[in-house]
Amino acid sequence: MLIIILSLLIGVSIGLFMPSGLSPATTPYIAIAILAGLDSVFGGFAATINSNFKIKVFITGFFGNAALAIMLTYIGKLLDVDIYLAAIIVFGTRLMQNFAVIRRFLLNRYLPDVPLKKQ
Amino acid sequence: MSAIRNTGLFTEKESSERYVEWCEYYDFDRSVPYNILERNTASMKKTHAQIAIGLVCLIMAFAITLQIRSVSYNRANNADTARAADLQQQLRVERERTTNLYEQILELSSDLEEFKGEAAKSSDYSKVLAKQLERAEVLAGLTTVEGPGVIVTLRDSSGPNTGNIDPSLYIVHDTDILWLINELRDAGAEAISLNGERLISTSEIRCAGSTVSVNNNRHADPYEIIAIGDSANMENALLMRDGVYDTLRGYGIGITIKKASKVTVNAYKGNILFKYAFPLQLSPAKEAE
Repeated sequence: MLIIILSLLIGVSIGLFMPSGLSPATTPYIAIAILAGLDSVFGGFAATINSNFKIKVFITGFFGNAALAIMLTYIGKLLDVDIYLAAIIVFGTRLMQNFAVIRRFLLNRYLPDVPLKKQ
Repeated sequence: MSAIRNTGLFTEKESSERYVEWCEYYDFDRSVPYNILERNTASMKKTHAQIAIGLVCLIMAFAITLQIRSVSYNRANNADTARAADLQQQLRVERERTTNLYEQILELSSDLEEFKGEAAKSSDYSKVLAKQLERAEVLAGLTTVEGPGVIVTLRDSSGPNTGNIDPSLYIVHDTDILWLINELRDAGAEAISLNGERLISTSEIRCAGSTVSVNNNRHADPYEIIAIGDSANMENALLMRDGVYDTLRGYGIGITIKKASKVTVNAYKGNILFKYAFPLQLSPAKEAE
C-alpha cells in the first residue's frame, strides 16, 4: 500500500514539474493509453480479489493494451474512422465490470449480508 | 525455483523429495528447510508484484497528470481562441481610443464655438462671416440639426427560410439603403443620418460583410434612418407604388416609416480633409487684365 501511494505521489509530482506539456497532436493518443492503463489497473485489482493475479499478465496487459489502443487511434486517424471508439467502449465496459467485482468483494468484506440462521 | 514450487500436482512428501533432488542437482544448501524457501519465494513474489503495481501506478499518475495539464494548457492556448482573445483586446483598446477622440472633438468644438462667438461680437464684417460659416456648416453636416422629418427603420427578414431560397434575399443590403436614401433626397431631405451617422457629401454606403460601412464606420441591422425635410413628401416618396416600401416588404424585410414633427440629426463626427480638391483661384495677374 505504501509503495502504491508513494509511486502515485512521485508520478503526480513528475507530471506537475515536467517543463513542457504534450502537443495538441499527441493528447488524444495519451488519453486512450490512459484509459487502457486504467483498465489494466482495475483488472489487476479484480484479479487479486479472484486470486489469479499474475505479474506477467498484469505488466504485459498494461503496456500491450496501451500500445494497441494508441495504434488503433493512429490507424483510425489514417483511415478517417474513429476506431478509438472501439477501444473506449471495450475498456470502458471492462472497467465497469472490474469495478463491479471489486465492489462486491468490498461489500462482502465490510458489509456482509446478515445470515438468517446462526449455526 | 519454479521447479520446486508446490503446484498442487505433488503431495508435500513428493515435493520435499523433488526439493532434495533439486538441491543436489544445483549444488544448493540443503540445510535451508523447504518450507522457508517456499515462504521466501512467496514473499519475493509479493514484492515483485508490489514493485510492478507501483511502477504501473507511477506511470499512470504521471501520464494522467501530464495529460490533464497539457489538455487544459492547449485549450487555453489554442491558436484560434488565442487569436480571438487577442483581437478582442485590440478591439477594446481601439474603441477606448475612439471614445477618447470623440470627447476631444467635443471639447475642441465647444472651444471653437466660443471663439466664433467672440469674433462675431467684434465687428459687422465678422458677423457676416460667422453667418456664412454657420450656413456652410449646416450644408456640410458639421452641426447637429433638428426639425420635422421621418424615421425609417429597416430590419432583416424574420421569416423562416423554407426551401432553397438564397439567404441573401432575407437581409438588408447596402443597395437597399442607398435606394431609400436616394428617394429621401429626391423628396427634399436636408439632413440624413443612418444609425446616428451623419451622411455628408463624401459619405459612402457600402456593403461590409454582414454590416454596412458609412463614413468608414460599420453599422449593423437594424438600420434607423432619420431624415429632416418635408415629412409628408418624404413618406409619399417611399410609399410610392412599387417603390422602396413595396419592394422591400415583398422580400420580407421589416420596414417602418414614422413621421415626426421633431427629429434630430447628429453632426458629422469625423474630420473633413481635402487632399486633392482645391477651389479654383484666379491668379492676380489674370485678375488685373
